[in-house]
Parts: sequence; structure tokens; C-alpha cells
Amino acid sequence: MTAPILAPTLAEPPDGILRRVSDHLYLNPPLLLGLLLVPPLLWIGIVYVGSLIALLIQSFYSVDEFSGMVKHEFTLATYAELLRPANIDIIVRSVLMAAAVTVAAALIAFPIAYYAARYATGAVKALYYVAVMMPLWSSYLVKIYAWKLILAKEGIITWLAGQTGLGPVLDFVLATPVIGGPSLSISFLGMFVVFVYVWLPYMILPVQAALERVPRSMIDASADLGAAPGPTFRHIVLPLAMPGIAAGSIFTFSLTLGDYIIPQIIGNSSFFIGQAVYAQQGTAGNIPLAAAFTVVPIVIMAAYLWGAKRLGAFDAI
Amino acid sequence: MRSDPVEPAPLGLKIVAAAGLAFLHVPLALIVLYAFTTEEKSYVFPPPGLTTQWFAIAAQRTDIWAALMLSLRVAAVATLLALVLGTCAAAALARARFFGRETISLLFVLPIALPGIITGIALRSAFNIMDFDFSFWTIVLGHATFCIVVVYNNAVARLRRTSPNLIEASMDLGADGLATLRHILLPALGGALLAGGMLAFALSFDEVIVTTFTAGQQSTLPIWMLTELIRPRQRPVTNVVAVLVIAITFVPILAAYYLTREES
Amino acid sequence: MPVAVRFTNVHRHFGAVRAVDGVTLDIAEGEFFAMLGPSGSGKTTCLRLIGGFEQPDQGGIEIFGRHAEGLPPYRRNVNTVFQDYALFPHMTVGENVAYGLMIRKLPRPERETRAREALALVKLNGFEGRYPRQLSGGQRQRVALARALVNEPRVLLLDEPLGALDLKLREEMQEELKSLQRKLGITFVFVTHDQGEALAMADRLAIFHSGRIVQIGAPVEVYERPRTRFVADFVGSANVLPPTYAGEAGAAAKWMSLRPEKIRATAPEQLAANDEASLIGTITNVHYQGALTRITVDGEGLTLRAAVPSDGRRFQTGQRIRLSWPASAMNSMDDDP
Repeated sequence: MTAPILAPTLAEPPDGILRRVSDHLYLNPPLLLGLLLVPPLLWIGIVYVGSLIALLIQSFYSVDEFSGMVKHEFTLATYAELLRPANIDIIVRSVLMAAAVTVAAALIAFPIAYYAARYATGAVKALYYVAVMMPLWSSYLVKIYAWKLILAKEGIITWLAGQTGLGPVLDFVLATPVIGGPSLSISFLGMFVVFVYVWLPYMILPVQAALERVPRSMIDASADLGAAPGPTFRHIVLPLAMPGIAAGSIFTFSLTLGDYIIPQIIGNSSFFIGQAVYAQQGTAGNIPLAAAFTVVPIVIMAAYLWGAKRLGAFDAI
Repeated sequence: MRSDPVEPAPLGLKIVAAAGLAFLHVPLALIVLYAFTTEEKSYVFPPPGLTTQWFAIAAQRTDIWAALMLSLRVAAVATLLALVLGTCAAAALARARFFGRETISLLFVLPIALPGIITGIALRSAFNIMDFDFSFWTIVLGHATFCIVVVYNNAVARLRRTSPNLIEASMDLGADGLATLRHILLPALGGALLAGGMLAFALSFDEVIVTTFTAGQQSTLPIWMLTELIRPRQRPVTNVVAVLVIAITFVPILAAYYLTREES
Repeated sequence: MPVAVRFTNVHRHFGAVRAVDGVTLDIAEGEFFAMLGPSGSGKTTCLRLIGGFEQPDQGGIEIFGRHAEGLPPYRRNVNTVFQDYALFPHMTVGENVAYGLMIRKLPRPERETRAREALALVKLNGFEGRYPRQLSGGQRQRVALARALVNEPRVLLLDEPLGALDLKLREEMQEELKSLQRKLGITFVFVTHDQGEALAMADRLAIFHSGRIVQIGAPVEVYERPRTRFVADFVGSANVLPPTYAGEAGAAAKWMSLRPEKIRATAPEQLAANDEASLIGTITNVHYQGALTRITVDGEGLTLRAAVPSDGRRFQTGQRIRLSWPASAMNSMDDDP
């Protein structure tokens, strides 16, 4: 046996106060965890959750009919007011719009996500990813503004319809009750298109992420077991994509439900939940009713999230 | 699916996917076109003529400059706060297992999972109750709240991909917590934090819903745009600002993409 | 020989799971010591207790006579080769190896010299400038080894170091690790679930089962004289004879192990020698393995597996056969499972 090649010549690393602090934290993982967690938790807890709770409490107050001042005593009167037919209309309208937008976004998103996950490789795939991410992160207002230009009476859609001789079709659509209006930029149809446009990337990305996780061999196995492409898609690809669709729908549904800017800019005079909240807290000065209105999307989203969790949506975000 | 040979996509799928992407991008392209239109009063298409004069006119508008500067300052401060708080939260929650962990991580996601209007009105009424004056700082407070989650998501994803053994290896080799943070953790997290910061910046720069509730008399650039959208004064100038907003948000988004590219 | 690592009744529980449940153990200086056991048996937790990544809930750990409880990993003169190597991806091989020296604030030239020497020790001369992702699995393993050794640890911990390598490379590295350990004279503590590896490399080994050590000894001892049925079965393969069988033979009523290769197979009419036990049974399975043929025989209420040299004889299922073995080949075991 030869002498050890590495003679023991090394000193301990220098010691100091910080090193001793480190000892303490290392040997007390809960302490370290607490130190890390306390600042963000305080922030979210006090600034955010605190405000939310304060808001919810206010929904149990009511506004004095004569003075217009908020009465600070517990009552369910505001909730009774919330359940008036006019307000129920607003809620139903918002939920229907959110549902329609979610379904449309899922239908449009799926082929894009499927192509990107299954067929695109290398540079094309990277390009696809950027092409989806850019609109997702680019300015919300600019996107709405772009559609105001497009949907305007004098805008590109009218022009296109005129050029292709489809003007009567456009007029017919606009004349259709409920979805139509004087111009696309003042109609539910226009609003629907803008909602779908604005939230579409939020659907594409989770669906793509879910599809990426479907191993190729699984599709081959299904084919090997005798399934034609159609059944393979229905029994293998679609169920495995469901968590992604559920995750995406959390965004499309929630964001549509609470939005008040798109209905304000593109819509007609029918209110959506977001506008009702805005109007109640602003011009009407009825904070309790505004607060009660915000409870509606919270409750709906809580139910929605609970359902989505059961579908495994959180793994796909 | 990555390394397998890929058969060509069915033509129908290609067309549908391409149409979907076009749907996403044509509107943004139109905005750029409209910034050069000579038409002042309406959104007529096609533009009767093209000009670059609106850029010069917009550049002389002090209200635009003030809004732009406010937005940049708010975004910078909110991003900084979010970076600190989001990284702490990520470090605490990425691997630890303790009771209530799920609930806490849900809390951080809540500000973007719930509609912005709820965050906005909750903050506004809280500020009112506490007699806070609406100012630069109330805007920052609101923005930081929903920016935390962006940093948090990026940092958690990177931490989960980073072998916990790296930290143990560093300590095994004699490095204490601080040295490990400096030599191993921060370099490993660097790209993710930068990316998270960029996205948080873009998100804050662009935010309008919460801001309408937390801003006092001040206008951020999105608030300025919203006012113009509701009551248009000089449409071509708004078009120019829209292009400016696209340009300013695209830079950090692209940068963030390149920083996290190898992960996706 | 001085004791390098001493465990005194060490416990480490994770919630209700008793990962380490009262381990007492001495590892001598300069020893190549293996901790062997199935996954979840507590061997890795014991290694992590030595490294300082876990702290005992109860009991004492001494490293070269110094109490190690409450010392973080960076205050221990012990280094680890991690199962996934844990090379720092943003550093070159040279920087990885010199990391511990940088932390100790050695001047840069000396760091580089020492890192080069350490890399030479593991036959990676000239790899300083590469990044871990540019290396093969075997090379990464060597870098991890050099990175640990450069700090002159008195104990080197190896967590399944060969697990990620393919068979041929693994055998090569077994010999290399063994000769490296002899050359350096450092205590190696080695965790593995591969009994062949442990038998081939270790001076002594400890068999872990459910958080406890069931047997410690030299490889020959553990293989030839397994103390419990678990050891007999986990280290190599063994026939386990129930106490009832031994009782008939007149010995103490104990569980006994019998290695298949100790058993002879002959024609039923050929009698066993005086000092031999035997039984007659029917072959239920024949498994030809080249040098050896493994046969399974049912008879006299027992199922025995025998491994006999392939000498041209043909065995067939259903055939009647006599198995015989030296009485001394039967090893009495404790009643523990």
C-alpha cells in the first residue's frame, strides 16, 4: 500500500457569525421554512386575503335607502337585493357568456395544441410556442382595441363582406335578435369573438402541455390493439387531454366571468357581473351590493375549481 | 413524442391550426397598420393613406409621457417586490411537505385565478376603510399582489427540476447555507427569476382592471388608453400608443422565453 | 484499529415510519464497509445520518470519536458521492472538483493543482474545461468521486454509486473503487441493494431490514452463515428448511438455510454418505444456465432448489431423483424472520 496521494493538508472553511446562523437554520428546518414563508404570506394574507374578507363582510351590510350611507350591521338584505330578477339576469348572462367562450376557446385551441404537441418539431415547435405566448402576454387593452378597429362599422369586416359580396349575410347576422346589434362592435356576437380572442392562449398552453405528456407509444399501442385513428383519438387522446382543457377552462371561464372592460367597450347596454360590480361601487356608491356581486364569481369559481381539481386540472397548469 | 420520427400532419389539421394562429395574430398586425393611417375620425378600412406623422405628434404629448413613466416605475417596483416575495414563497413551498402547504400555494395563485375585478374592488374598499390615499404606492401594492404568482410559478418550476442533491452536495463539500445560496441556488435559479421578473414586469405594465380601482388621479398607460377607448379624442395617437405598448411588452416576453427555453 | 463511525442505538423516524429503528454499529478506519438491504430498509438514511443530511431522533453518532449529532454536513470531515452524482450543471468539471477548495478559500493556483491531481486519480486528465452535460455516465461518476476526494475526507460515503451504470462499466468500476480505496486508505461506506456488488467489494457488510441491522460480518461469513431467513434469502439464494425438518433429523428445532450449490443430485437408488442428509423427490422444474443447471425438486414435504454443475447429465421434469448434502452445509438460524 502506497502512502495516501492526498495528504491531509486542508484547513476547515473559515467560521463566522453567518456560518453559525446557517447552522441554526439548517438544523431547524421549520424555522427556515417560517422565515421564508412569513414575508410573502404576510403580504398575501394581509393585503389580499384581508381585503377580500373585508369586502365579504361588507356584503352583509346594507345601504340606508334615505341617507345612502352604509349601515354597519349584519343583514341579508343586500343578498335579497342581489337576487332580484334584474340582477339574476346579469348573472345568468355572464355565466352563459363565460360558458360559450370556454367551449369556443376549447374548440379552437385543440387543433392548434394538437398540432404543436404531436407534429411540430424543432424550430417549428419553438415558433409555435412563441406564436401562442406572444398574444397571451401582449397587452389586454391593445387586443381589445384591435378588435374595436376590426369590428367597427367602417372597419375591415364590413369591408371584407362588401368585397366578397357577403354584405347581406353580415346584415342578416346583425339583424338576428340577441346576438346582433347595430354593428358588430356593439353586439353580443362581437363581444363573444373578442372574449374568445383575448383568452384563447390561456386555453392553448395547458392543452398543449397535457398533450405533450401523451406518450407516442400509447397512441401506437392503441393502434396496435386495433383502434382506428378515430377511436384512438376518442378513447386515448381526448381523455388524456381533459386535464389540460379543464385547466384552460379555469382561466377562460373565470376571466370572462369577471371582465368588465370588454362588455363596456364592445357590448351594448346589457350589464355583465363585472360591470355591475363596477357601477355599484362607483356611480351608485352601493359598496355592499358591489361586494355581494363579487361573491357570485367567487362561489361559481370555487365550485368550478373543485370540479376541475377532480379532473386533475391542477397538474396541467 | 419528441424524438420519434414524426409523420406529416393531416392537411385539415394543418389548415385549422394555421387559421387559429392567424386569428391570434392578424388583429395585432392591424394595430400596427392603423398607426400609419391618415384617417383621423374613424376606423375606416382600408386606410385612405399612410403617414408617419402620428408618431411625432404622440411624442410631443406630455400626458402620454407621464403615463408611460408612471407605468414603468410601477412595473419596476412591483416586479422587485414580487421577485423577493415570490422567490421566498417558492423556496419554502417547492419541496417542503407540511400540513396546509396546498392551501398556501393556492393562496398565491388566487390573485390571478379570481377575476381581476374582485382583487381590484377588494383592495379599493380596504384602502378606503384604512383611509389610505390613492397614490403610486397603492397601485404598486395591487400590482405586486398578482405579480408574486408569476415569479413564484417560474421559480417553483425551476426548483422542482433542480436536483435537491445539488444543495446537499454543496453543503457536503463545506459550503454553509449562504455560500450554497450564492454559488449554487442563485445561479441555478437565475434564469427562471429573470424570466419571472420579465413576465411580472410585462403583466404590471399592461394591467388595467385592478389599476382602475387602486389608482387615484394618476394615469398609467393602460388607464390612459382605456379613457381613450371609451371617449376617443385623437384616434391615431391612441393607435401609436397601442403600438408602443406592444413593443414595450414584447421585449421582456421574448427575453423571458429565451431564458426558459431549455425547460419547455 | 480506531473506529471511524460509531452508531449507538440510533433512531430516525419520519412520521410513523421508523426508517432507522435502533441501529448500533462500528465502522473501522480504513474499512470498505457496505450497507446492503432492499429499498426502504434504512440503509440510505443511515448513510445520510453520517453525512449530516439527517439528524438522529435518538441515539449517538460519532465520527472519529467526535460527536456528530447537531453538526450540519458542512462541518463534517465526510464527503459523499451522490446516487445521481449531483454535479453542478453550471460549473465546469474543474470548477466542480475545486468547489470544496474554493469554499475553504484556497488560493486559485493551488485549487487548480489539487483539482487536476484529483481528476488524474480518477483517470480524467484534461477534462477540467468540460461541462457535466458533455460527459458520459461513467465519467460523471468519476468527477463526483474526484470532487469528494479532493477535500481529503476521512470517510467517503457512496450512495448506490454504480446504480446508474451499465453492467460492464459497473464491474470495471467495482474493481477501480476497490483499488482506489486501498490506495488512499480512506474509510469507504457504501450503500447498495445489489448483493453481488456488496459481496465483491466490501471488507464487511451490514444487512438492513426494516430499519434494523440483522447481520454484520465479512462477506464469506454472511453468505455462509446467514443469521436469519431474510439474510439467507436476500444474500444469494437459499433453501430454507423449517424447524420440523431439522427435528426429524434429530438436531435442535431451528430454521436452517442450505445453499443450492451445496446439494448433489444422484439417482434415487444411490445412497448418501454417512455425514450427508438426503431426500428423494420429483423434479418439477429444470433451468439450464450454462455452467450450472438449476433444478427444483419436490419430495418429503419439502421443495428444494439445487444448482448442480452441468456435466452432461439430463434432468427432466417428473424424474425421480435423490438430493444429498453434507450435514455441515445446513446452517442453523435465529427464529427472527
